[in-house]
Amino acid sequence: MIETVLLYLALAVFAAGSVYRISAWFRHDIRTGSPPASPQARFGAALKGIAATIFSPRLFTLIRVFVMDVLLQRRLLQRSPYRWVMHICLYGGFMILLLLHAMDGLITAKLFSNYQSTANPYVFIRDFAGLLVIVGVVMAVRRRFFAAPPRLRTGKADTVLIVILAVVLLSGFVLKASKITSHTSYLDMVDVYATAFDEEELNTLEAYWVDQFHVVSPNMTGPFDRETLQAGEELHAMACAECHAKPNWAFTSFAVAKAGKRFALRLDELNFPVLMWWLHYLACMLGLAYVPFSKMFHFFTTPLSLMTNAVMDKQTASPANMATKQMMELDACMHCGACSLACSVGVTVAEVPNEFILPSEKIPAIRDLAADNPLTADQVHLLQQGLHLCTSCNRCTEACPAGIQLTDLWFAVKETILQKGLPEFLLLSPLSVHRGVGARQAADIEHYQSPLQTALGAASTGGLAALRQTPQPLVVPGNEKVFNTAARWMQPEAYAACYRCMTCTSACPVVRDTPDEAHKLGLLPHQIMYAVKLRQWDLIFDSRMLWDCVGCYQCQEQCPQSVQVADVLYVLKNQAISRAVAREFAGDRKGVQ
Amino acid sequence: MKRLALFRCCVTSLRLQHYESATNAVLGALGVVFEDVAEFGCCGYPLKNFDLKAYVLSAARNLALAEKKYLDIMTSCNCCYGSLKQAQKLLDEDLGLLRDINGMLSKEGLYYRGQVKVFSVLEVYHDLLSAGAIQKRLTATYDGLKVAVHDGCHLLRPSNVVAFDHPLAPKKFDALVALTGAQSIPWAKKLECCGSPLSGVNDALAENLGRAKLDSARQAGADLVCVICPYCQIQFNWIQDRAAQSGQTGGMLTSLYYHQLLGLCLGIDAQRLGITAQQLQATGLQRALRSVAKAAAAETSSAA
Repeated sequence: MIETVLLYLALAVFAAGSVYRISAWFRHDIRTGSPPASPQARFGAALKGIAATIFSPRLFTLIRVFVMDVLLQRRLLQRSPYRWVMHICLYGGFMILLLLHAMDGLITAKLFSNYQSTANPYVFIRDFAGLLVIVGVVMAVRRRFFAAPPRLRTGKADTVLIVILAVVLLSGFVLKASKITSHTSYLDMVDVYATAFDEEELNTLEAYWVDQFHVVSPNMTGPFDRETLQAGEELHAMACAECHAKPNWAFTSFAVAKAGKRFALRLDELNFPVLMWWLHYLACMLGLAYVPFSKMFHFFTTPLSLMTNAVMDKQTASPANMATKQMMELDACMHCGACSLACSVGVTVAEVPNEFILPSEKIPAIRDLAADNPLTADQVHLLQQGLHLCTSCNRCTEACPAGIQLTDLWFAVKETILQKGLPEFLLLSPLSVHRGVGARQAADIEHYQSPLQTALGAASTGGLAALRQTPQPLVVPGNEKVFNTAARWMQPEAYAACYRCMTCTSACPVVRDTPDEAHKLGLLPHQIMYAVKLRQWDLIFDSRMLWDCVGCYQCQEQCPQSVQVADVLYVLKNQAISRAVAREFAGDRKGVQ
Repeated sequence: MKRLALFRCCVTSLRLQHYESATNAVLGALGVVFEDVAEFGCCGYPLKNFDLKAYVLSAARNLALAEKKYLDIMTSCNCCYGSLKQAQKLLDEDLGLLRDINGMLSKEGLYYRGQVKVFSVLEVYHDLLSAGAIQKRLTATYDGLKVAVHDGCHLLRPSNVVAFDHPLAPKKFDALVALTGAQSIPWAKKLECCGSPLSGVNDALAENLGRAKLDSARQAGADLVCVICPYCQIQFNWIQDRAAQSGQTGGMLTSLYYHQLLGLCLGIDAQRLGITAQQLQATGLQRALRSVAKAAAAETSSAA
């Protein structure tokens, strides 16, 4: 009775959680500038899109993807055979257990009239499926905790899933094992199926079960004589054999039972099988209720993502459906880390302390961003930096076993987060090439330009203008991260040879192509070199020249005195950015709208 | 020659779909055996503005990966080339930096020793293969095609780092273009930057720089610009698109990458090289292409 209540309770939580989570796909949008559509309208558009797909030749694409990518998990196999074996064990074993065992009343019993949970082949299949899941769990634990490749991050959600699976499976095995040896369980069965036997007959049956089925009886231990066993076997054939396979068929549980045989009597007295049943059942119910709030939700969303992306053309899809799809994709991520392992700039997390550089770590924060959950300025800044420290090489998308179009996601979120108005200094680097080249399609030129202006403004100290009015004390750099060689470029002695011939400035294509260059660019290359010698940092950081430098090395190549002009400009850019970051985000925990 | 690892550039996958297939096809046709190293990451170039140490780390990881597999690196992008070579120089000269970087790399079982060589794919063609080896595989050459060769900044400068060719009077890329029968013409802005690094930073300036280059090439009578670096190619494509949109002639000149130009001469399908029918028209490539067999036959008959 109470277990039925628990089941319905778990199902109710599961259903409510799923509805809540799915509704977020229609309620939120990670993109700005897209025409706002009501959740109802987006839901309608999604239904229309689904219907249009199902009644079209694309249905065959869906079927193919379902078989190849969802059932057989081709994408995973292509990336990592280890993970494929691990996941096939987990998912294959789990599906068998779910359909054949957990839902046996609904499915197995209806399909097979001879179904008995204690008869073969069901005993064997159940045990084998359980073992598969255990193998998968062990492989997952090894991958996550013992042989973790660099940049694979394991969070609470990953551990929780592994723990839930382990508890469900291990309690299942121990339950089965304790039932094999349990005398109480044996007597329960006798009470139902062996009512016609007299006491002597029951003794021979019990002897047979102790000998052959490994029941541990308080009344008798083997060895038994042949006549007793033969008599017991006849009774067994009459009352039990039809629906009871030998325990050896549940080979894993049987091994556990044999290992624990010494404690069987004592445990049986403590009602251990019943306790284990409750542990197993509660763990299952807890797992069921927890599905929509955990990465287990990917059971549903990952196939959905794979199939949607196979048939959805981003050129022709409606903006409403794109918004919904991208929200759904955020939920399809199971944090497997494949993207972060493939990420071409992932290695930089060792030097730049920002976990959001790794694609897998961005997803939960983006979900928060889309849901308008409050984020501090620091969090927004770090996420923004992580999003922009990206070469758009598309490898994360190619690696994602869920088929999530990650690169598209990053492009969309980058623009959204920039609109919060915090400066992003990586915009002032060649990483902007995709933004620049794509910009001509962007009608909203203000959205395009204002983040650039914000970054340029924040990078400058205003020193040049201020100094022109009132002389100020000079700033000497303190703790900027500069390695030896770069520091040597910056030493005043490095400029001892410079006689201000202006060759660097004359060779500079930027200076040549900028009208009114002294006004627009601030200090010109030769002046910047001289300012370094004089340690006039504020003047330098206020010069647009730094950010308009193309890094073509004409200045450095042509310098008659071998001053490392272009490389010094790079060091100065690094310093300008690290100072500006310190200035803008120093311990800033304020919320950002 | 050690075996070569092909270092592919990050920007090609989204904006230059045929760059990889053209490179693969040409390397295959020339019999250059190469390996793809799946673990390769960013060369570090775009990080130089932001954090030089992160740049060196990113570059060094690739260098160490190649070393671990006993491969030398062959890059098809100038920025990757310059970036990897400069990182090598910095690591050679700065033991403190080397120690730091190796400390970070050791976490993934990598260690940079300084054994790997970095080549541009052009360097492989010009210096490691012989002109004859390429020539004998040509099935066709161009007749009367004028090409403005654009080496690109990081192939040439800083010359004490990359040392590919003379920084002020480069000849190697021109020689490789001349192999196809095309004529490499002199043009005023040949050594200038294409402007790509400012794309998305200062677009007006980026456009001016790129457009001035294409104008200069057109005025010198070029049928097309030939590049190797994907950044330059993206930039020139962008300038062209902008010019086409605004209906101006300024900036209108097709840019092709060397593997497209050479690929046609190796008998590779224009479609596989990613050359559009429109580009074949605009550049006169199709008209200029002469089959080697026919030309040889014509020569023999005229000699007879």
